[in-house]
Amino acid sequence: MADQEQDTEHQLDYEHPHETVRPDISIPPVIRPGHTFATVTDKISSIALTRRTPLAWFIGAGIAFTLTLLLFYTIGYLVLKGIGIWGNNIPVGWAFDIINFVWWIGIGHAGTLISAILLLLRQTWRTSINRFAEAMTLFAVASAAIFPVFHTGRPWLAYWLFPYPNSMDIYPQFRSPLIWDVFAVSTYATVSALFWFIGLIPDFATLRDRAKRRSAKMIYGMLAMGWRGSAVHWHRYETTYLLLAGLATPLVVSVHTVVSFDFAVGIVPGWHATIFPPYFVAGAIYAGFAMVLTLAIPLRKLYGLEDFITMRHLKNMAKIMLATGLIVAYGYMMETFTAWYSGNTYEQYMITNRFTGPYAVMYWSLIACNVVIPQILWIKRVRNNILMLFLVSLVVSVGMWLERYIIIVVSLHRDFLPSSWGNYTATVWDWSMFIGTIGLFFALMFLFIRFLPMISIFEMRTILPQAGVKDVKEAAD
Amino acid sequence: MSSLVQLTSSIKKEEESSENRIDSPAAIIAAHSHSSGDLSPSDLDSIRDKLSQSQGKQYWRSLEELANTSAFQELLHREFPSQASEWNDPAGRRRFLKLMGASLALAGLTACTRQPTETIAPYVRQPEQMVPGQPLYYATAMELGGSATGLLVESHEGRPTKVEGNPGHPASLGATDLFAQASVLSLYDPDRSQTLTRIGEITAWSAFLGAIRPIIAAQTGLQGAGLRILTETVTSPTLADQLRKLLAAFPRAKWHQYDAAGRVNASEGARLAFGQYVNTIYQFDKADVVLSLDADFLSCGPGHLRYSRDFISRRRLQDGKTEMNRLYVVESEMTNTGAKADNRLALRPSEIEVFARAVAAPLGVQMGSNAQLLNDRIAKWSDAIVRDLKQHAGRSIVIAGDYQPPVVHALAHAMNGALGNVGKTVIYTDAVEARAENQIQSITELAQDLDSGQIDLLLILGGNPVYNAPADLNFAERIRQAKLRVHLSLYKDETSELCQWHIPQAHYLESWGDTRAYDGTVSVIQPLIAPLYRGKTAYEVLAAFSDQPERTSYDIIRDYWMANRGSGNRVSPVPASGATDATGQPPRAGQVPAPAAAPAGQSATPGPASADFEQFWRRALHDGVIPNTQMPPKTISVAANWAAQAPSTQSGVSQDAPLEICFRPDPTIYDGRFANNGWLQELPKPITKLTWDNAVMISPATAASRGLESNVGSLGGLIAADQVVLSFKDRSILAPILIMPGHADGCATVYLGYGRRSAGRVGSDQGYNAYAIRTTDAQWSGTGLQISKTGDKVDLAVTQLQHMIDTEQLRDRDLVRSGKIDDYKHDPTLYPAHGHGTPEKHEGDHTPSLYPEYEYTGYKWGMTIDINACVGCNACVVSCQAENNIPVVGKEQVSRGREMHWLRVDSYFKGSPENPETYFQPVPCMHCENAPCEVVCPVAATVHSSEGLNDMVYNRCVGTRYCSNNCPYKVRRFNFLLYQDWDTPGFKLMRNPDVTVRSRGVMEKCTYCVQRISRARIQAEKEDRAIRDGEVKTACQAVCPTEAIIFGDINDSGSRVAKLKAEPRNYGLLAELNTRPRTTYLGAVRNPNPELE
Repeated sequence: MADQEQDTEHQLDYEHPHETVRPDISIPPVIRPGHTFATVTDKISSIALTRRTPLAWFIGAGIAFTLTLLLFYTIGYLVLKGIGIWGNNIPVGWAFDIINFVWWIGIGHAGTLISAILLLLRQTWRTSINRFAEAMTLFAVASAAIFPVFHTGRPWLAYWLFPYPNSMDIYPQFRSPLIWDVFAVSTYATVSALFWFIGLIPDFATLRDRAKRRSAKMIYGMLAMGWRGSAVHWHRYETTYLLLAGLATPLVVSVHTVVSFDFAVGIVPGWHATIFPPYFVAGAIYAGFAMVLTLAIPLRKLYGLEDFITMRHLKNMAKIMLATGLIVAYGYMMETFTAWYSGNTYEQYMITNRFTGPYAVMYWSLIACNVVIPQILWIKRVRNNILMLFLVSLVVSVGMWLERYIIIVVSLHRDFLPSSWGNYTATVWDWSMFIGTIGLFFALMFLFIRFLPMISIFEMRTILPQAGVKDVKEAAD
Repeated sequence: MSSLVQLTSSIKKEEESSENRIDSPAAIIAAHSHSSGDLSPSDLDSIRDKLSQSQGKQYWRSLEELANTSAFQELLHREFPSQASEWNDPAGRRRFLKLMGASLALAGLTACTRQPTETIAPYVRQPEQMVPGQPLYYATAMELGGSATGLLVESHEGRPTKVEGNPGHPASLGATDLFAQASVLSLYDPDRSQTLTRIGEITAWSAFLGAIRPIIAAQTGLQGAGLRILTETVTSPTLADQLRKLLAAFPRAKWHQYDAAGRVNASEGARLAFGQYVNTIYQFDKADVVLSLDADFLSCGPGHLRYSRDFISRRRLQDGKTEMNRLYVVESEMTNTGAKADNRLALRPSEIEVFARAVAAPLGVQMGSNAQLLNDRIAKWSDAIVRDLKQHAGRSIVIAGDYQPPVVHALAHAMNGALGNVGKTVIYTDAVEARAENQIQSITELAQDLDSGQIDLLLILGGNPVYNAPADLNFAERIRQAKLRVHLSLYKDETSELCQWHIPQAHYLESWGDTRAYDGTVSVIQPLIAPLYRGKTAYEVLAAFSDQPERTSYDIIRDYWMANRGSGNRVSPVPASGATDATGQPPRAGQVPAPAAAPAGQSATPGPASADFEQFWRRALHDGVIPNTQMPPKTISVAANWAAQAPSTQSGVSQDAPLEICFRPDPTIYDGRFANNGWLQELPKPITKLTWDNAVMISPATAASRGLESNVGSLGGLIAADQVVLSFKDRSILAPILIMPGHADGCATVYLGYGRRSAGRVGSDQGYNAYAIRTTDAQWSGTGLQISKTGDKVDLAVTQLQHMIDTEQLRDRDLVRSGKIDDYKHDPTLYPAHGHGTPEKHEGDHTPSLYPEYEYTGYKWGMTIDINACVGCNACVVSCQAENNIPVVGKEQVSRGREMHWLRVDSYFKGSPENPETYFQPVPCMHCENAPCEVVCPVAATVHSSEGLNDMVYNRCVGTRYCSNNCPYKVRRFNFLLYQDWDTPGFKLMRNPDVTVRSRGVMEKCTYCVQRISRARIQAEKEDRAIRDGEVKTACQAVCPTEAIIFGDINDSGSRVAKLKAEPRNYGLLAELNTRPRTTYLGAVRNPNPELE
């Protein structure tokens, strides 16, 4: 597989150099052999409309739905019994619940980054991946949101974190970073959902027009919100989309910054660090791109989308991973340096304990996963090797999960008073909840790729060379 | 409230304006210009016009009427002008609507809640002195191991809920131990025996009486030859009197005593030294030097609360005092007393006698052969101690532990005699027990008699011999030889199972009785509640053998004292008068108990007793002690030839001796009688912090030499310990080991009381039964123990995994400030030289915070805990649990690190693990000024009060646990699961009605007993004064035997707490975090002998 892909990439990069020179959306790209507006539209819309659903989809969706059921079962039992079914204890008040929350939120970052920031920066290569990266963001945020709600002792009262008017005359306590979290995450989820939906409207119209079954026509028709493709529509659409992109851009930075405040505002050694906001944001992008890669590589294979998600995309994402990975590595380095430089005995012990304590294996695995192994991306041959990229992306996902484990569990389990120290071990319910959210994420993902255009059809069309020319050529693909 | 103010103010406005109306029209214009507003010059013009147009006799009420403006018309017709005007004021309207909405919502809520359909029966006649919601306190006493502690028990509407010490009782002085604190739980224990049974079938007390009469009749003919009575140690004068009479009636009957944790060695030691049984009372407040030969006098034994108070009173470094006493402890395992020692020497049990002789000989004690094989260590120590003791002759104490053989006790007596301590720091009196005897011999004799098959009736009053009699007596088999066996006990235990008759015993809080303290002082035990389960007392069972079988214990006790009160401190066997006071029944539940607290004469029961006796009786009940009943001092000296009678047990010291074993009563469940008490089971053992289990304690070196390990497990409170086979005298048991720093090498300590088969649902099958290898000849220690590893691991639940704080990485943490007395003289702050950060600054002198300072205009509560005074007895932990309705979570949850104690006592080791310095640090909530928990709570469920408390609002808590993560002291406790028992009816009676019972998902923590503050505040406000210093005592403070915990108002510079906070020893735990803790600590100071450094 890897060799074949390498060839394709050669072809794209060197035989068709126009592929790489695509500075602006307004400048029509040179025609790429084999693809026209129609072929692009056909290919992408057929996944949702006409093509037979591959067997792999049924197998994958089956597993994901089963795991989702496991999630529901766990949540039911959790609400019935209390969070004592988890392994959390008194020094370690947060564990899998917040680890998974931060991990999922981090994964959700790539979507907004790709859609908003790269849009504003006119990085047209984003077009092939932004749709499902945005979907991924939404589903990751959905998975993440489950944890803060159900990690509370009394989840039926979790709405108290919202500032709603009430006869008790009590508002949330605005000094708490958890309240900032509520705002940051809910804003992020709202804007991401809007952005995603608005981007989908022209494609919904395409699907509506192409759908054969009446029910599909109805549903896509409603979702298309009366899109007719008039110039006015397009004009408004472009304005809205850009505005939303502008609105979403600060969120890329704000969400994980605020999430990092959950820790940075605390006084626990290992939490109380000013480097947390940038280091968390970088880590989030790192994790997000790893997840995009993890999803994109099998998807393009499964649905034959190598034409749209090309090696160029994969390589670009690998480069971003490499860059953010280095920022994260710098974060780890600075944590250690600060602990030493501060002369603070608690901070120093925290680092020593990370290096040599009961969870040292996890720490060194984290360093291996997030710092050492991704360095192979410096090598061009590795970047060109799809299998390697896939493996590295998985390793980074694991590494980022371990990072949160180290920050949360390892910092908490030995803080100030040695008398209160205690270890933490996850229970079967911790795992079932975590795996259940992975199931939920993939279940939503499977539904998405089956019923919605996973690549933006109209945006793909805009990057075709013909975009500016009325010259529709029939093509056989 | 404020809208009400608004309403009244606007009404006032109207009133003012109506007054003005009469006064001057101009004023009306002025007053109304804001509402009608537009009485402009043009209006005046129109008035003039109207006036000019009017004809005939007309009166005008005001210029507005004349003007006939719309505003005036409105004013005229508005029925409720003030409230209606709210509608025009946007801010006021919103407020009004909100209030309406709130009351509507509340109305809706009540409508939605299903009201219970129970009928409530109010008091038809209000019992005197009872104000619902106001607790009453009654004096009583609790007996344990033949020694009483005087108590004051808090009663809410007839339900005893909390035990406090009786300040007027010599053994309490206001303090209590953990057993007394936890006894409330035993009272309400649903597993207590509830019915009288005959071979398992429920029957009636009258049936028992009917069944026993023929046997008694038969025994009368035999002079009681087939009658045996087995009790625990008896100190009750009335019970003794009953027994004496019974033995007089049945001369051939025998009365045996056996207490599994009894003080046989102390008694026998006294007999060895003096030729008779005597009781020893120590006066630690007069001693400069104390040598403890394995005596844990600070945490167990008669009078230990008093001893703790006295001992610590000589170590209080306050107001510039720099003198303190010195304590030498020689012991095998690490005890609380050993932890407080200035110099501690860990020796094997067999070496302690050697050591005692090594000290005794230079002091001039005659003891026959003094040829001892001393090793260097013992020689060095004994030399130094001898010199110190000699320098403080007459001002020292040598005290031998209850677990030491009689000869060590005799040596201690002889040493005290030689040092001239007798009569000064050591007082001898007659024995406190009704009949002092060698209980081992007593139970052995009973066992032999049982073999004869001649015993027709064995009456067991309390105790559990089948479980705890020496293993070689094989009591479980032998007891079957008795033809009829009757067992009176609180629980249907192992012994009850083997007895035909089982009589449920009344708990001491539901029975009348009397008992003696360590110095002989008699207390009347008065019930706080009628027996919940128709329990009987030993008095009543013994009465069944008299000619008045139906007498109640109240009658028995009262009559005894009516007859004997004049006899002072020694009771002669005079038959009681037959007078019966029919009205003196114990109170029923829900009613006030005996009106003991009433002034004499009020609601006095007319009876045959003289008014004089009535006064005596009421005084005794009210005070909790019968005056002048303490034993008089006795002048006695050690017999010259005592050494000749002493058994030659000592064998000298050799290095390759076989392992030795020490048996000890468990520090929390004692001899096993408290096994079903969840509070005590879950109470961490003083040093090891082990809960729910007993383990074999061995030293690090012994463990290493045998390849044994106990490792920190993967959970919050788990230790994975090696399981071993303990073989001793051909008997063996399986047990986990636990490595204990400071334990003597070459020996192992096992705690008794665990491994109960039928203790109840809490206590059964916890731990291992060490009684199974405890024999008559090795009651407390023995040689020849074999330990072999099985290869299995046992999970132990502990609440503290890390004890060493002197390791390289932890040394810089300024947790427990400590130093020697010389260090203290040099720098009284005891600030560690290698410490991190800057020394604790004083109040007000702190690093700034982003948030504004709190102002405290009224009270400003604070606490100091003197680490130097804390003896780690744990009573405060149980007291807190009882006061604050803290649930028990069970072993599995403790092993997960989820114990709920609001107050914990941390124990820390400094120095080498072989013989470390040990410190206790009680840790309640610090109530920080800059509380890290407060800022992170998203729903404001934990907030700062106007008096400085860090309040926890359970109703508001959603349970994010962020506060706990951010608490550097980790004092917050989370209800991970539903830990409270909401269903057991008994526990509903037990709970403190002033404290919320928390449900799951809620964080909780120490409140400084805010309910007690509130009660004091209400009282003070009623009397229009400020709360006095010492008026509010937190639950932990109230029970503390050494007054280590002091609570009060810091704003009052004269308060005890403010003075202690001004002491240089005062420091804040983790103060460098700028949390500004309100609970501060006073550093520990040791006074070691420089020669032994």
